[in-house]
Amino acid sequence: MIASRPAARPLLLATGLLLALALPWMVYPPVALDIACWALFAAALDLLLGFTGLLSFGHAAFWGTSAYVAGLIALRSGLPFPVAVLGGAASAALLALPIGYLSVRLRGIYFAMVTLAFAQMVYFVVNQWRGLTGGENGLQGVPRELFGLDLSDSFLFYYAGLPLVLLGFLAVWRIVRSPFGRVLASIRDNPARAQALGYPVDRYRLLAFVLSAALSGLAGGLFAVGHGFASLENVYWTTSGQVVMMVVLGGIGTLWGGVLGAALVVLLNDYLVTSGFEGIGIVTGAIFVIIVLVFRRGVWGTARDLVRPRSGGGRRDRPPGEADGTPARPQGVGSPV
Amino acid sequence: MPRTDLAPLLEVGGLSAWYGEAQVLREVSLRVGEGEIVTLVGRNGAGKTTLLRCLMGLQGRYSGSIRFRGTDIARLPAHRRARQGLGYVPDDRGVYSTLTVEENLTLPPRVGPDPWTLPQVYQTFPRLAERRAFPGTKLSGGEQQMLALARVLRMGARLLLCDEPTEGLSPLIVRQIGEILREVKRQGTTVLLIEQNVHFAATVADRHYLLAEGRVVESLDNDQMRTREHELLDHLGI
Repeated sequence: MIASRPAARPLLLATGLLLALALPWMVYPPVALDIACWALFAAALDLLLGFTGLLSFGHAAFWGTSAYVAGLIALRSGLPFPVAVLGGAASAALLALPIGYLSVRLRGIYFAMVTLAFAQMVYFVVNQWRGLTGGENGLQGVPRELFGLDLSDSFLFYYAGLPLVLLGFLAVWRIVRSPFGRVLASIRDNPARAQALGYPVDRYRLLAFVLSAALSGLAGGLFAVGHGFASLENVYWTTSGQVVMMVVLGGIGTLWGGVLGAALVVLLNDYLVTSGFEGIGIVTGAIFVIIVLVFRRGVWGTARDLVRPRSGGGRRDRPPGEADGTPARPQGVGSPV
Repeated sequence: MPRTDLAPLLEVGGLSAWYGEAQVLREVSLRVGEGEIVTLVGRNGAGKTTLLRCLMGLQGRYSGSIRFRGTDIARLPAHRRARQGLGYVPDDRGVYSTLTVEENLTLPPRVGPDPWTLPQVYQTFPRLAERRAFPGTKLSGGEQQMLALARVLRMGARLLLCDEPTEGLSPLIVRQIGEILREVKRQGTTVLLIEQNVHFAATVADRHYLLAEGRVVESLDNDQMRTREHELLDHLGI
């Protein structure tokens, strides 16, 4: 959203689309699919973290549930893969309803902890329900086909799946820019004030949570089908942590920053894995620390602040930590309005 | 001229409120008639802001009855009260810095039967029209105050709850805000405002409640306000 110069936006959009189309030529195609899926996952999380002010530490539940549901639909029914992926996304949204209902009334660290706890419960269920999920073996041999067309070649599947990813991005972008998105921003900046203006804060938070989960599910389902398997790692807490890291690296509340963060983390992981180096966590962790220390607003956020003249600065993209990072306190007691 | 003959739009009875163990409001009762402008006068710490927060539903712990347009709203959450026509203008103005002036104006839902239209708002607040694309952070204190007022008018609020709209503003802006409040009244909207400026209060409002230590100690009309201005200023410590 380098918004102040009208020419910059279409140019950036065109560059982004071109990059998305060229990606499987530039990197190993399965890695390209990873980047696309994680980028959408990061954007979906940013919808909640950057635009609603809620830090979820349990989004693996939605990414992973959708991965299993999409895998099962594709395995058992033989329906075209987009149906399986959309079914996965719907299951993630459905799961997000009760989890969100019980979580959105909490603030700050409590919200993060409760979402993490729910995600661990989902992990437990997936691990135990061997008959359905395959337990530690996961779901294997998920077919990738569309109306009889074999898409098991990762290069082809990338292009078959890309429209779903772009659709997801379009949805996030529309939500953020809509009047609904402005209400979310007002809730992020000051929940009590938004309530005094007539908005039921928790209901809006729940809706944002469900939308974020559905889009995370879209990404997770595509990820699983694209790789032909769903595994326990998809629902493990490290997946939740990784997507938070991507958003923070790219820049909270920037939407496109998450794309950069996803590309950075996926490429780095891929490079380190193929190099045979053992201490991947040390390197990604160190880079994370450095970026957070040097670029307070993430890579995208910092770059934008450099490019953009000061006059329009600070619009709608203040890191929500400044607003909602205050420790949770009993609702309504002495909170400034 | 006291206008207690008007049907009460707002009727507060036996309102008490606490911050933790400290009681800040003690059995406050007051009424505001349809179309009136009523001020709450009192020292810092007298409980004026807490009273408005109770009315809006933002105060944690309180008891008592709040009747608005005939129904008791004391148990409703803040957003339901807003939708019934209460418009809150907090002392920090509550302008969203991440939204533009126009986005701030159009953010809240329309709740009343006769909300102000955007052109109507811009006609009454020409400064806001000039600055409609500015982010909330780029406004002066006076402009922020006008934006906060304009926002609840555009909602169609029937009763404005204004927490010291003139605080820290220059005399010129204070006069403008007085003009706007009179215009608001002409359009039939009721106002309950906190005001430390006794002179300003007497020029815009119909009646006044004097609060001290969480109680309503006196109800005054404009004549009493003027004749006792010095005594009141003494009491307020100004």
